Amino acid sequence: MAYSDKVLDHYQNPRNVGSLDKNDPNVGTGVVGAPECGDVMKLQIRVDDSGKIVEAKFKTYGCGSAIASSSLATEWLKGTSVDAAAQIKNTQIVEELSLPPVKIHCSVLAEDAIKAAIEDWRTKKSALSGKSALSGIAAEAKS
Amino acid sequence: MKTPIYLDYSATTPCDPRVVQRMLPFFTETFGNSASRSHAFGWTAEAAVEEARSQVAQLIGAHSKEILWTSGSTEANNLAIKGTATMYREKGNHLITAVTEHKAVLDPMKFLETQGYEVTWLPVDGKGHVNLDQLAAAITDKTILVSLMAANNEVGTLHPLATIGSLCKQKGTLFHTDATQAAGKIPLDVLAQHVDLLSLSAHKMYGPKGVGCLYVRRKNPRVRLTSQMDGGGHERGMRSGTLNVTGIVGMGEAARICREEMAGEMTRVAALRDRLERTLLRALPDAVQNGDPACRLPHLANVSFPYVEGESLIMGIKELAVSSGSACTSASLEPSYVLKSLGLGDELAHSSIRFSLGRFTTEAEVDFAAERVITEVKRLREMSPLWEMVQEGVDLSKVRWTTH
Repeated sequence: MAYSDKVLDHYQNPRNVGSLDKNDPNVGTGVVGAPECGDVMKLQIRVDDSGKIVEAKFKTYGCGSAIASSSLATEWLKGTSVDAAAQIKNTQIVEELSLPPVKIHCSVLAEDAIKAAIEDWRTKKSALSGKSALSGIAAEAKS
Repeated sequence: MKTPIYLDYSATTPCDPRVVQRMLPFFTETFGNSASRSHAFGWTAEAAVEEARSQVAQLIGAHSKEILWTSGSTEANNLAIKGTATMYREKGNHLITAVTEHKAVLDPMKFLETQGYEVTWLPVDGKGHVNLDQLAAAITDKTILVSLMAANNEVGTLHPLATIGSLCKQKGTLFHTDATQAAGKIPLDVLAQHVDLLSLSAHKMYGPKGVGCLYVRRKNPRVRLTSQMDGGGHERGMRSGTLNVTGIVGMGEAARICREEMAGEMTRVAALRDRLERTLLRALPDAVQNGDPACRLPHLANVSFPYVEGESLIMGIKELAVSSGSACTSASLEPSYVLKSLGLGDELAHSSIRFSLGRFTTEAEVDFAAERVITEVKRLREMSPLWEMVQEGVDLSKVRWTTH
């Protein structure tokens, strides 16, 4: 299998490998794939109050193209808004990394991981805003 | 040390320089067609072919008249399986093999299924062995052939040929063994092991590619075959086609060297293999050896490195030439069917590497290889969400994955 230079570069020097605290309310975590399929991606984002992604981390079990796809995704996520991040398409990853047809599923997985991380953050956010609204009412009632 | 280091001797071996030296004159000076009976060019070629035939026969304890030249093991397997199936069609329509055989056995068997034959596909246990009671029970009076490999190409597990052979003999069925991986590496004896047909390939034993042979027993019983290639009636009509004299000479010399050096080489290479395997298993928690730890080829180690995917590992150890059971390195997207037959989960199959050592492997190479693999597995584990989960005490088998 011949890899593109960009895949090789991401594989050898993966960007943003690591983990964020998944219990942090500002962190969204997406875990997609399955070991028996040969790919598992964990992608995490930290979002600030303005809805900007300030940090992105990944860990991937999978082939070189899967590692490269997730590494690239974290690069694209950093500094972008959650709404813009949600628009990232797997085809952009395919194009950027020159993935061959048999590796397209790696890019699909990366897109799924981004969406899952955003979804997780949104779920936390709405649960939290519900809670803080409630505590706000409670505080008002007290005073 | 020159890199990449070749640790894929089960895929193919380099020609031994002595083999090449022996072959060279047959390209240019003594280039005759061994079937030419009217001049010295032909006679010289024929004499060389017959000498090679006897060298190969000696390697497996056969008589030289029982060796039939082919283009390699794939052709030998096809000829043995289809050739006996057709020849003995009146006896029955049943053949037996195992699920871990090479494709060159499985696919001719599958072809026969489309032609009205019935095939029993024996399962294997976790070490790669067939159950001999199950084999005995499967043989009927309609069974033409049992085909079970001498040594498995992925994990190296050895089938007990002598036991299987005598069982087949007692039940009156023919026994074929694909000895591609075993020949020249471990002792084989077609008489003691009651083998009726045996496939060999030159390029797995330091000879050239494109040449092999089929041993066909001529006494007790005399095995007959229907030819699969018709033409000039070469090889007693069983395999037509001008002989690859140069290749055959190389195969003969390769067989001679293997036979003469086998005892010492087996010990040397097994020590290196054990050193490699031990180092890897000690340094990397949860790494496992696949196959039978005791009854296997001396030069082969198949190891799974959980939480790391095989293709990415191979990418990281580009200084080493090895094979992976991972899906991604093959044309199909399925992980190794051999490892899966042994009961390995897809995840372990995906993370397996086959190291196969050989005549030119040195201790320094093995140590370098071990160091590279350990470093890279550790690096990839740091990048692996599975490894992280295991460190956190998560049971991976209980996780609900989103399959895609």
